[in-house]
Amino acid sequence: MRAFVQNLKRYYSFFTGGFVMFVLALAVAEYMGMPERWIGWTFMAATVLLYASIGILTRTADVVEYYVAGRRVPAIFNGMATGADWMSAASFIGMAGTLYQKGYDGLAFIMGWTGGYVLVALLLAPYLRKFGEFTIPDFIGARYGGHAARSLAVVGTILASFTYVTAQIYGVGIITSRFLDINFETGVFVGLGGILVCSFLGGMRAVTWTQVAQYIILIIAYLMPVVFMSYKVTSVPIPQLVYGSVLEKVTERENEIMADPAQITAREDYRARAKEIDAQIRDIEYRLKPVPAPAAELDRLRKERAEDFDKAQPITHHAEPFPGQTAPERNAARLNFLALTFCLMVGTAALPHVLIRYYTTPSVKQARESVFWSLLFISLLYFTAPAYAVFAKYEIYTNLIGSSISELPNWVHSWAKLGLVKVEDINHDGILQLAELTLNPDVIVLATPEIAGLPYVVAGLVAAGGLAAALSTADGLLLTIANALSHDIYYKIINQNASATRRLTVAKGLLLLVALIAAYVASMKPDTILSMVAWAFSIAGACFFPALVLGIFWKRATQQGAVAGMVIGLGLTLYYLIGVKYFGMAKWFDISDVSAGIFGIPAGFISIILVSLVTPAPDRATQNMVENVRYPSLKGRGS
Amino acid sequence: MHVPDTRREYWRKNLWLTGSLLVVWFVVTFCIAWFARDLAAFTFLGFPVPFYMGAQGALFVYVLIIWIYARRMNRLDEEYDVAEEER
Repeated sequence: MRAFVQNLKRYYSFFTGGFVMFVLALAVAEYMGMPERWIGWTFMAATVLLYASIGILTRTADVVEYYVAGRRVPAIFNGMATGADWMSAASFIGMAGTLYQKGYDGLAFIMGWTGGYVLVALLLAPYLRKFGEFTIPDFIGARYGGHAARSLAVVGTILASFTYVTAQIYGVGIITSRFLDINFETGVFVGLGGILVCSFLGGMRAVTWTQVAQYIILIIAYLMPVVFMSYKVTSVPIPQLVYGSVLEKVTERENEIMADPAQITAREDYRARAKEIDAQIRDIEYRLKPVPAPAAELDRLRKERAEDFDKAQPITHHAEPFPGQTAPERNAARLNFLALTFCLMVGTAALPHVLIRYYTTPSVKQARESVFWSLLFISLLYFTAPAYAVFAKYEIYTNLIGSSISELPNWVHSWAKLGLVKVEDINHDGILQLAELTLNPDVIVLATPEIAGLPYVVAGLVAAGGLAAALSTADGLLLTIANALSHDIYYKIINQNASATRRLTVAKGLLLLVALIAAYVASMKPDTILSMVAWAFSIAGACFFPALVLGIFWKRATQQGAVAGMVIGLGLTLYYLIGVKYFGMAKWFDISDVSAGIFGIPAGFISIILVSLVTPAPDRATQNMVENVRYPSLKGRGS
Repeated sequence: MHVPDTRREYWRKNLWLTGSLLVVWFVVTFCIAWFARDLAAFTFLGFPVPFYMGAQGALFVYVLIIWIYARRMNRLDEEYDVAEEER
């Protein structure tokens, strides 16, 4: 084992060194005149080729290797793999932008997506490792018995993971199409190839070792631009340490902008236009003005009205918690912040693709340590994201806002061409006001290399990092869905006598099928699917968290209790989020639909407890199993 | 199944440790966020305190909680003779 770890450390150190050399070589090539298009292609081709070779080298025909990487992934490497598994295209590209737009209120994502690991470490990982099977439905099935609980868990796995994987493949399509200059649909299927080369031949084993490499690439790519940016603005290259002082400057600048009368006229112009659109909408609604396609026209107008209305809102400070005009508004913002943080945390601790990573460590001891490494590696990115947002805000507020629209910097024009930045001189004064600038959240990470004046090679690196983030998460999710189907449905329920070869054939067939369906759905660019990703956390939290935690910590929890808890928790969550989002249901306590788990999770706990208490206690064998899961070893080494 | 007393003690200690660390987790996350508007007047390293906690402080505490838990539990396994075979 020790020699194995030493070798791994050597391989990945060589790999990291090699990757840095590769980036430097490309930088030199760029300096010598290599065209940008070639740099993009070289980055994509080299990284995908690398993942493919790891995938081929680690191919396997062994069930334990395929499902849980042979259970010999050392804590620190499992930590890196979990980091890549966890950080998606949205974390890598979108989060800094969300923080830019929401300021303090966006920190719910930072705390939610890291604090969840405390729950994983303390309540789940060591016990699941001791249980030591293959999937999350496996634990539910073994703990509670019967096919009903297991099947419900499979349904929960698919509900939580499928929209998520679709969004990753969509992200791959966006990145490849933008940097390789190919169309989006081709990009999706190129990306699908990149995903399948890792998971198809080697299952969890190949995915694990590819994810370690992907983590290294994505973290280098994420840190590089903002380190340069920090050096440019403060001459200290440690952005996380110095952005407090930059934040102070941003606050000063915000005060100046708030006091500027031109900003107010720009906002009033937007409010006036929102009212005009309002009148047009009423005309169409009451059929006063005939239009050829009223439904589509209304959709478009409503969207424009919402945008203009948003722009008419007063400016708020980046660091101000829960901004709002009135006390009830501020209280609702606070309640939503807390609810969202809670749902993201519990959801993190219940997402099957994260939890199964802790089946792959050699021991309970290493599973505990592995969660520590996971969170450390994840935090490296998450505590850099708010720095990205603050540096970008500083740059935009000082160098863009208040300057002449005819003399905007180049990066604004190049991203405006792609539709990610929009500038509109609504009050016709030739000067850019804050309300007149529209930024797509993705632009913050994507444009930082240009804003900091870095060569194109860094933009290529960022694209490669985003691709690594999307591919690694997609791999983990695909494997989770396919394994729940092949192991829990096919092997455990349909055909318990299946041979190892047959099980693997079924597993690989299902993997291919799920991947193709997800790619097909992603290629249609469905807006609804993308907005549903945030739901995955509430869904997973409400479906799994109560049943898993009570299954470990309360021997009295019964099969009927678990089934009731999963049905009621999941049912209530789905009822609330679909009701609020699509059927105009009134919100309960002003909680938004993404935080539906705030109702579903406690409902799940309460139902399990109440139903368990009125049904007969679990049998001796089940109680022994729970006892067994609680102790790393019952044999003892001393005796 | 008869559970030996020492093993019960191990489990009790585990629950106690888990519970206390969860209290820290809860305070750092939810209590600070609840009072964020009141704490915003104080600054730390140039950051308003709630912003610092949300963006960095809480993350440090989370990592620390998990580190303490892993270290303490791994020792407890040895003490109560429930540690696994070294592989």
